[in-house]
Amino acid sequence: MTKIKVENVTKIFGKHINSALKLVEQKKSKTEILKQTGATIGVYDASFSVNEGEIFVIMGLSGSGKSTLVRLLNHLIEPTSGSIYIDGENISKMNKQQLRTIRREKMSMVFQNFGLFPQRTVLANTEYGLEVRGIPKEERTKKAEAALENAGLLPYKDQFPSQLSGGMQQRVGLARALANNPDILLMDEAFSALDPLIRKDMQDELLDLQQKVRKTIIFITHDLNEALRIGDRIALMKDGKIIQIGTGEEILTNPANDYVKTFLEDVDRSKVLTVENAMIRPISVNVEIDGPKVALKRMREEEVSVLLAVDKNREFKGYITADDALEAAKRGEKNVVGILKTDMESVAPDMLIQDVLGIISESSIPLAVVKENKLVGVLIKGVVIQSLASDTEEVAANE
Amino acid sequence: MNKMLDSIPSLPVADTVETIMDWLTSHLSALFSFIQDGGKNAMDFITEMLVAIPPVVFILVIAIIAFFATKRKFGLAIFSIIGLLFIYNQGLWEELMNTITLVIFSSIIAIIIGIPLGILMSKSIVAENIIKPILDFMQTMPGFVYLIPAVAFFGIGVVPGVFASVIFALPPTVRFTNLGIRQVPRELVEAADSYGSTGWQKLLKVELPLAKSTIMAGINQTVLLSLSMVVIASMIGAPGLGREVLSALQRAQVGNGFVAGLSLVIFAIIVDRLTQSFNKKK
Repeated sequence: MTKIKVENVTKIFGKHINSALKLVEQKKSKTEILKQTGATIGVYDASFSVNEGEIFVIMGLSGSGKSTLVRLLNHLIEPTSGSIYIDGENISKMNKQQLRTIRREKMSMVFQNFGLFPQRTVLANTEYGLEVRGIPKEERTKKAEAALENAGLLPYKDQFPSQLSGGMQQRVGLARALANNPDILLMDEAFSALDPLIRKDMQDELLDLQQKVRKTIIFITHDLNEALRIGDRIALMKDGKIIQIGTGEEILTNPANDYVKTFLEDVDRSKVLTVENAMIRPISVNVEIDGPKVALKRMREEEVSVLLAVDKNREFKGYITADDALEAAKRGEKNVVGILKTDMESVAPDMLIQDVLGIISESSIPLAVVKENKLVGVLIKGVVIQSLASDTEEVAANE
Repeated sequence: MNKMLDSIPSLPVADTVETIMDWLTSHLSALFSFIQDGGKNAMDFITEMLVAIPPVVFILVIAIIAFFATKRKFGLAIFSIIGLLFIYNQGLWEELMNTITLVIFSSIIAIIIGIPLGILMSKSIVAENIIKPILDFMQTMPGFVYLIPAVAFFGIGVVPGVFASVIFALPPTVRFTNLGIRQVPRELVEAADSYGSTGWQKLLKVELPLAKSTIMAGINQTVLLSLSMVVIASMIGAPGLGREVLSALQRAQVGNGFVAGLSLVIFAIIVDRLTQSFNKKK
């Protein structure tokens, strides 16, 4: 079900908005438009929809308009043109009162620098959203304490934000957002100010949390690894425009243009590529029909020294080597059952390359890729290494 | 060349201002005399109350406040005792009480007017653009100039003194309130907005608490400025230490002038340190 729908939203800051819009249509760059009109393009013609329960990551470098885009969603910034629908309601047409209700009940925001009020205790900060809604003191304290309990922060409830570490402060920020029990969480570079280890912990916590509570999360980041790690889908932004939307894998294997490609270059590919991306077509023999001579002929044709063995249902049985097949042919054997070896490791197609690197580096023979007992591909050391180092096109070609 | 310039008739600025003043004084005289009487009665009452307090009690109370306000340090408390005893010893006690009343009244009025003005300024660029030049005008005008409309409206005495002091002392509170609210980090304002705060909720729960120390710095300045108006206000008959300074000046009594001036400085230091420590404590 669609939770948030954004239609042709444009935000231009400054004066001369109309002339700036014309220049955008002429495909002038952001700096050119700034020079000519003095207007800054925040977001240009963004359209996307986010499904309920999805983690939708908006990614881009600084100045790409991602923070503007997330603020358009709760109307902290008003769009120049276009519509934003939350649960089918156009929030651009709402009056102040209706907008406040949406902000109070439907969406909460988590900020890059935590956005905690320094003069309020952790508990009072967590209560804030409930307090402005006018919920009685006793009830809101109970809810806020429950949210802090879930974040493991209840012992710190009477401390002030400045007394906590960055990671803990952001947990308070998250607890404050969740205390409101919103449908939608807007997270603006929520983990970017944290150091890498804490950031990873927080990402894990967010994923765990998502398992439990199933919110619709809009997550802004400039870190592609983070985006790939937590995003169900990712939107890539540049100069205010959305360049590509897709799952992490779609973007990695099929970048929309050179910009996306350069963006992807510093990704640690082993963390995102799966076995499926690196496996090649298996060359196999049927143990129930084929004899050693057929096997040898196929090896010669395909220039390989190992064949994978399957039965007539393409269930993986093992492998045979060229040496064994030659000897069996000399002995006049009619099938390959006698020389079948079964000590080949098999992996699933959806495993991460990172996780099979250990197996493949220790093994002198290829790995079989097996899905529901059926042989679907083969993983060869050389191809795996190449896929980690190479351009995405080569991986795509191997598929 | 000069002839050409001279051929332009002199603009009647002074006349215009005078006409406006005349109009105001004649049409609003009932209001002004009401304020004059009411204000004078209230201030006389406060002064009498202050004078009625035995000086020993007064000095001890100030010393105790100073002791606790400065986190239980003796410095300011001892200074207050010695300084106030000196003023009493010089026979200026009643004058001091008059001065205190004048400072209290003009500071409170300046704060009551100044903080809302500062808030308005921080919320609206239009208001800021209008109020800022007026504040500049108010601060660059010599303090004496305010005595003229003050006398025109209220005659002579303590009320016109307060009027002139308020105009003179108002700008820092307005400016610092504006500054304090504008300095609240954007992210915190966004946080308040994103949780659906109303304008008032945002102001009372987030902006004013965060701007508090800046606003307090402005109030401190306002109090000191109204204190500095004490001498000038005495020219139109406001009683207090200022009048002593003025009469010493008129009679060329260097010694008396020094004593009265020193008393003012002592009082100013106590007031300054006290208002500052209230700010630091929180």
